[in-house]
Amino acid sequence: MNPQDLPRWATSLLLPILNLLSALLVAGLVIYALGESPLESLGILVNSAFLNPEGLGYTLFYATTFIFTALGVAFALHTGLFNIGGEGQMYVGGLGMALVVLNMDAHWGPWVVIPLAIACSALFGAAWAFLPGYLQARRGSHIVVTTIMFNFIAASLMNYVIVSLLIPVGQQTTASRQFAASGWLPRLNEWLPVLGQTPVNISFLLALAALAVYALVMRRTTWGYGIRAVGLNPHAAHYAGVSIKGVVIGVMAVSGALAGMAAVNSEMGSAHQLGLNFTAGAGYIGIAVALMGRNHPIGMLLSAVLFGGLIQGGFDLSLEKSNIPPETFVFIQGLVILFCGAMENLYAPAVAGLLRKMKKPSTA
Amino acid sequence: MDSIQLSSILVAMVRGAPVLLFAALGGLFAERSGIVDLGLEGKILGSAFASASVAYATQNPWLGLLAGIAVSCMLALLHGYVCIQQRGNQLVSGMAINIAVSGLTFVLAQFFFQQGGRSPSLDEGRFAVLNIPGAQALADVPGLGWLLRELLGGHTILVYLAFLAVPLVHWVVNHTRFGLRLRAVGDNPHAADTAGIHVGRTRYLALLVGGVLCGLSGSYLAIVQTGFFLRDMSAGNGFLALAALVFGSWRATHTAIGCLMFAFFTSLQIQLEGVALPVVGKVPGSLIQMIPYVVTVIILAGFMAKSIAPKAIGVPFVKSR
Amino acid sequence: MALVTHGEGAPPGVPVVEFKGICKQFGAVKANADVSFQIRKGSIHGIVGENGAGKSTLMSILYGYYHADSGQILLNGEPAPMRNSQEAIRRGIGMIHQHFMLVDTFTVLENIMLGVEGALVLDTSFKAAEKRLRELGSQYKLEVDPNARVENLSVGAQQRVEILKLIYRGADILILDEPTAVLTPQETDALFAILRVFRDQGKTIILITHKLQEIFALTDRVTVMRAGTVVGEVDTATSSREAVAQLMIGRAIESSLPRAPYQPGAVVLEVAQLNLHNAQGVKLLDKLNFSVRAGEIVAIAGVSGNGQSELLEVLAGMRLPSSGELRYQDQRLPYAGRHDADGLPAVYRTLGIAHAPEDRLREGLVKANSVALNAILGHQKDAAFAARGLLKPEAILAHAERLVREFDVRPADPQLRVGLLSGGNQQKVVLGREIAARPTLMLIGQPTRGVDIGSIDTIHRRLLALRDAGIAIVLVSVELEEIRVLADRIIVMCGGRMTGELAAQDFDTTRIGLMMGGVSQTVSP
Repeated sequence: MNPQDLPRWATSLLLPILNLLSALLVAGLVIYALGESPLESLGILVNSAFLNPEGLGYTLFYATTFIFTALGVAFALHTGLFNIGGEGQMYVGGLGMALVVLNMDAHWGPWVVIPLAIACSALFGAAWAFLPGYLQARRGSHIVVTTIMFNFIAASLMNYVIVSLLIPVGQQTTASRQFAASGWLPRLNEWLPVLGQTPVNISFLLALAALAVYALVMRRTTWGYGIRAVGLNPHAAHYAGVSIKGVVIGVMAVSGALAGMAAVNSEMGSAHQLGLNFTAGAGYIGIAVALMGRNHPIGMLLSAVLFGGLIQGGFDLSLEKSNIPPETFVFIQGLVILFCGAMENLYAPAVAGLLRKMKKPSTA
Repeated sequence: MDSIQLSSILVAMVRGAPVLLFAALGGLFAERSGIVDLGLEGKILGSAFASASVAYATQNPWLGLLAGIAVSCMLALLHGYVCIQQRGNQLVSGMAINIAVSGLTFVLAQFFFQQGGRSPSLDEGRFAVLNIPGAQALADVPGLGWLLRELLGGHTILVYLAFLAVPLVHWVVNHTRFGLRLRAVGDNPHAADTAGIHVGRTRYLALLVGGVLCGLSGSYLAIVQTGFFLRDMSAGNGFLALAALVFGSWRATHTAIGCLMFAFFTSLQIQLEGVALPVVGKVPGSLIQMIPYVVTVIILAGFMAKSIAPKAIGVPFVKSR
Repeated sequence: MALVTHGEGAPPGVPVVEFKGICKQFGAVKANADVSFQIRKGSIHGIVGENGAGKSTLMSILYGYYHADSGQILLNGEPAPMRNSQEAIRRGIGMIHQHFMLVDTFTVLENIMLGVEGALVLDTSFKAAEKRLRELGSQYKLEVDPNARVENLSVGAQQRVEILKLIYRGADILILDEPTAVLTPQETDALFAILRVFRDQGKTIILITHKLQEIFALTDRVTVMRAGTVVGEVDTATSSREAVAQLMIGRAIESSLPRAPYQPGAVVLEVAQLNLHNAQGVKLLDKLNFSVRAGEIVAIAGVSGNGQSELLEVLAGMRLPSSGELRYQDQRLPYAGRHDADGLPAVYRTLGIAHAPEDRLREGLVKANSVALNAILGHQKDAAFAARGLLKPEAILAHAERLVREFDVRPADPQLRVGLLSGGNQQKVVLGREIAARPTLMLIGQPTRGVDIGSIDTIHRRLLALRDAGIAIVLVSVELEEIRVLADRIIVMCGGRMTGELAAQDFDTTRIGLMMGGVSQTVSP
C-alpha cells in the first residue's frame, strides 16, 4: 500500500493522533529535563482543565475563541490558501464590535446591540482579509506575506486607535471604556450554575453553530463544492466553470469574518472593553487547531477544547510548578503545528507498511 | 523642530540596522535556494536567548556569539529536515518553529535565571567598541567630526561586520560557484539536477549559512543592543527582514537598503514620539511604525516595483526521473 | 571540466551507435520489443513513428534514464551499459529535451557553466569559458551572445544554448526529441543549418520526429518504428514520403462498427481563422477553419503536441483564443471582452457544450472526491442537483447510480473515491457525465487512452449512438484505428495548422500519414 492510498480512518484519525502524541512526547521530554514529572504535570492539567467544572468552564471559554480563529484558517485552507492573518483580522474585528457597542450601549438594549456588534465584528474582519485576498487573486501577491504584513499593520493601527482615540481620560488600563450592560454577553453560568464563576458565554453556542454551518457549507452547498474543487484540483475546478478568482476573494472575506467574530468572546463576554493586544496569539493558536483538526468540524472542536484545556490547565499548573510557566504551552502549540501541519505524513510510510503486512496473510 | 535630531536618528539607524541586515541576508540564502523561511523570527529569538545566557554564564561575548550561532543553525537544520526530507509545508514549518521557540526560550530563561523569563544583564560580557583612529582628534570639525566619531566610528565590531556582510553576500551569490548553484537550485531545480547538482545538499548548505547569519542577528540583538534576553525580544524583526527581502527582490544590496529604510523608520518613530510637527501635529508613533509594512504591501501589489521571487520557491523538489 | 574529445571515433565500418535486441516493458505495455539497428558516425539519423511507437523510450534508454530489460547498446563497437544520464554525458551523448533545462534568470554563459564551473570563484574561469564559447559558436554556426539572459532569448536561441551546452561538454552524439515543435519556420531553417554543420564536422545526430518534411530535408537514414518494433529502415535519398508514411502507419485500418447513414444536420460549430499563440509568441493554432454539423463526428488526427489539445481547450472555454471567430449555433461564443477564461467553461456548458478532456485526471476529475461528486463536476449548479445553493444528495446519488449502471463502471459504488478506479472506469465516469448532460456539441480528447479493450468497444458504440442521435462531436485522437471507426470527416493537424481534411470514405493511410507528417494536402472535392 502506498502512503498516498491510506484509508480515510488512517489519515483522519490515526496519523493526527500519532502526530499529537509526538508533540506531547517532545514536550514531556522538555518538562522532564526541567526537573518535573511529565505524568504528574499531565495529571494536574487534566484535572484542572477538564475534570473540575469551573476549570472546564474556562477551558470552553478559551476554546470558543479558538474555534472561530480555526474556522477562519480552515475555510481558507480548503482552497489551498494559508491565511495567517487571523490575528490581525480578529483585532480589527474587535474594533468593529467595539464601535457598535460604544456608540449604542447607552440607548439600546442587548437584543439590538449584541447581534449588531457580532455582525460588525464579522464585517470588519472580512474587510481586513478582503484586501490580501484581492491582491492574491488579481495581482498574484503571495497571501502569506500580505497577511503577515496586515497583522503588523493592524497591531499599529489598533494601537493608535485604542491609545489615542478610545481610551477614556485618566484611565490607566490601555483599553476603551467599559461596555455598558447591554454590551455584555450573557454567561452560561446563568443556566448552568455548576460552571461557577467562569466567563464562558453564549458565544460558545455561536461557535458550535458556526462549526455546523461550516460543515454544511463545505459538504452540502454548491459554493462549498467549488471551494473544495479549487483546493483539490484547480485545473478541474476551472474545467468545472468555477471562477477561481471569485472563490479566492470570497473565501478570504468569509475567513476574515470568522476570525473577526473571535473577538466577541473575550471582549464582550469577559473583559467588557476593547483592550490593547487582546488577541494574545489566538490567531496563531487557530492555525494549530485547524491543522490538528485537519479542517474537520469535529476535529477542530476537539482540538480547540484541547488547546483551551492547555491554556487553562497550564495556568493552574504554572501556579503549582514554577518551572512550568504558561509559556510552556506556547511551546507545545508550536510543536503541534510542526508535527500536525508540516510533518503530517511523518508516520504515513510506517503505517502503510504495517497495513500491508497485516493484509498479507489474508491473500493466501 | 529642534527636538528632533536627525543626527541621532541616523546613529540609531546604524545601530538598529544590523539585526535586520544579518537576518535578511540569512533569509536571502535560504530563499534563493528555494526554501521559504518564515522562521527568521524564531532563529533571531533562539540565538538571542542562547547568546545572552552563555555570554552571562561565561562573561565572554564571543562564546555567547558562538552559542547563538549554534542554536540558530540547529533551528535551520530542523527546518531543512522538514522541508527537504519530509517535503512538508514550508510556511507551516517556519511558523511552527517561531511559536515553539517563543515558548521554549521563555521557559528556559525562567528555569535558568528565575527572573521572570529574562536573563541577567551583561555588564562586562559585551563587545568592545571600535573607534576610528584619529576620530578624537577631529572631534571639533563640524560634520566630519560627527561623521567619524558617531556615525562611522564608535560602534561594536558586529555593526561593521553587518555592513561588510552586504557586499560579501553579494559577491558570494553572484561570483562564486556556490552562489551560482544556489541560484540555479532556487530558480530551476530540475535544470540544476540535470546538470549534476545535488539539490537537497545545496539547500541544506544554504539554510546553514542562513543559520549562521541569523545567529549573528540574534546575538547582536541580545548582547550588543539590549544587554540581556527578554521574552519575545525579536519583536517582529524577523518579519521585517522578510519584508526587506521582498522589498529588495531578494538581492543583497537592495535588501540592505530596505533594512536601512526600516531601521530609519523605527528610529524616527522613537524620536517623533510626543513631538509636535509643523503641519500635522503630533504623529503617533504607531502610525509611523506601520510605514515599512504598508510599503511592502504596496510593492507586493506590484504598484511600486515588481518583486521577483526565486522561481521555484516553496515547492518541494521531487526528482522527475 | 574542459572540452573533452572522445577519440577519433570508431574505425570505418563500425557504427557509432548500435542497438541490439533492446526490450523494455512497462507493466503490460511493450514499449520496445527487440529493437535492433545501427547508426553511422557523422550522419543525421531519423527515428520516425506515431504516438506510442517507442521512439522516446528507446532514446531514454540510450541516454541512461531507463535501463533496458534486455538487449545491448554498443558505442563504437564496444558494449556501453548506461547507468544514468551523467554517464551518457561522459560518453559523449547529449540530449535536447522538448522542455529546455535552462535557468531563465541566468545568462547563456552561466547556464552552460552550471555544473562544470571549473573553479570556486567564477570570474577567471568564466572569462576562459566565454572565449571558448565564442570559438565554438563560430565553428558550429551557433551564434549566441554568452552574456544575454536566457529569458530574453527567443525559443530558437534558447535551443541553440542547449545545443551549445552539449557541445561544450564534448558531446559527439546529439539526440533531438521533436526539436521543431516550438520553433517558427525561420528558426527551423536555422536549426537545420546548424545540424548540417555538425554532421559535416563529424558529429552524429539522432532526430526523433514525426514530421516527414524534416526527415527529407535533413536526414541521411531513417528508422521507422511502430508499436515498439522497427518496421523499416530507408536511406532518405532513395526513398519517398509516401513510402515512409506507409511504413509509419503500415497496416490496413478497417471500420467495423454499425452506424446510421451519414446525414448531417445544421452547422453547430463554425471555426474561422482561429489563431492562438502563447506568451513566448509561439503559434499554437494557426489559421484554423472548419465546421461541425449536428449528427457528425469530426475527428482531429495527428501526433499529439500539434495543437489538438489547445484547440479543445479553446472550444471548451478553458482558454481564450488570440484571434479568429468561433460561432456556435450561429451565435458568437461569448468570450469577447474577457481578460481571461476564469469561469468561462460554465457559460459554455449552459449553452450545451460538453467536454471530456484529454487528461482526465488533471482536468476532468477530482481524485479525492467520490464517483458521485465527480458525476456532477461542471453541473453542480444545475437545477437537477442543487436548489438555492444547496446540493441535493439523493438526486446526485441517483444520478451517479444511473451512470454507473449504464456505463458499467466497476466497482459499481458511487461513494468510492474516483482515484481508486482504474483508468478505463474513470474514463467511463467522465464520458457518462458528459453524455448525460445531453449536449448539442460534444468535445472529446483521447476517449480510450488507458482504457481496456472491452471498454473501448463500449465507448465507441456509445459515441456512435450519440452521433446517430444528432449530436455534433469533435474528437481528438492519436489512434488511427479509433478515427477510422468513428469519424465522418477527418481533419489532420500538424504544427498547429490543418494539413488536410478528408471524408471518411476517402480514408487513406498514406495520405493521412503524409498529413500527419506535415505535408499539406488540398481537400479533394
